[in-house]
Amino acid sequence: MSVSVRLPTILRTHAGGLSEISAEGGTIGEVVEDVVRQFPGTSSHLKAPDGGLHRFVNVYMNDEDVRYLGGLETPVDAGAQISIVPAVAGGSV
Amino acid sequence: MPAYDSILDLIGNTPLVDISSLSPNPSVRILAKLEGQNPGGSVKDRAAKAMIEEAEKEGRLGPGSVVLESSSGNTGIALAMICRVRGYHLTVVLPENVSQERRQMLEVWGAEIVSSPGAEGSNGALRAAQALAAEHPEWFFPYQYGNPANPKAHYEGTGPEIWRDCPEVTHFVAGLGTAGTLMGVGRFLKERNPAVQLWAVEPPSGETVDGLRNLDDGFVPPVFTDNEGDELLDRKMIVRARESIEWTRRLTDVGIFAGISAGSAVAAAVKGAYKLDEGVMVVLVADSGWKYLSTGAWTDDLDEVVERANRLIYF
Repeated sequence: MSVSVRLPTILRTHAGGLSEISAEGGTIGEVVEDVVRQFPGTSSHLKAPDGGLHRFVNVYMNDEDVRYLGGLETPVDAGAQISIVPAVAGGSV
Repeated sequence: MPAYDSILDLIGNTPLVDISSLSPNPSVRILAKLEGQNPGGSVKDRAAKAMIEEAEKEGRLGPGSVVLESSSGNTGIALAMICRVRGYHLTVVLPENVSQERRQMLEVWGAEIVSSPGAEGSNGALRAAQALAAEHPEWFFPYQYGNPANPKAHYEGTGPEIWRDCPEVTHFVAGLGTAGTLMGVGRFLKERNPAVQLWAVEPPSGETVDGLRNLDDGFVPPVFTDNEGDELLDRKMIVRARESIEWTRRLTDVGIFAGISAGSAVAAAVKGAYKLDEGVMVVLVADSGWKYLSTGAWTDDLDEVVERANRLIYF
């Protein structure tokens, strides 16, 4: 399944300046692998040494943080919008 | 009602009010915890008071002491009020693009304001404050992102209040921010009833801010990691400016004049309520709407407000 993946600014330099790319995968993990396959420069930003998702990266599927859905095993919904976002504090809520 | 010794004794014990008429699902009740009722005007009174009292206990504060904080508003305002009452000097590092009212509220309490670049947001203010703290080791820097007194205030206050007023609670929904509210309330409620669901709400990371950050700047508050936030949370969702403002407006239908982050939290609760069979959701209304009047959030054209919201910090 092909989905659209939005990239944060830091990753765009490793993806030919693109802010949005297409990637293939049935799970979030497969989509991330496909992003890394297409743009190897993104690897160290996305993946932790243990192969999991980098701690300072959040991946959202339709605005839901996938860490609390099923992590990298989360099945990708048809037509889902995937966003990769650096983890940041929200401030003073 | 007794007479209170100090305005600071009025912090906490905020009311819980049923707003189920906004629920899209008749089997899901929604209740709002009105933190704008705190004397300093927001939920941040709780953490600020706890952090100051903890420092007093440790002997780190005395007459004329300087307290330093980085805050996009509410924590600074809460600390400013408390420092004024207790006789401390407060210096606040503030991103320059926070709303006018927030800046003025700090000035009301006599706080000193140091501006940090708006485009760097809360993280930029935090970095600037950390640099100042390193220069002035004698100042007290409560550091709400890493201070255990922050979640503790909610573990000992907000959480027990919710449990006392609504033991049938099934979901607690609040903005993430420093994670103090969610970690403290979540830990307390889950100890009482492990089935309680903890939902975190976040603003989107804006393009303008994004442009000046990189992944190495990614920041997870120690309050979140120290409390094993990844295990504690059940769901984390982004709510965008348009939905946040729409639900901030909808809250006025039930007589609640709340800040924009409350609109985000209610939007998240409503979105979730559609998919539940039944439930009782408690949503944290972090502050009231006064500080946001200049944004036109209630009265201006929605598209214009949303466009402005992407440039201003509401959280």
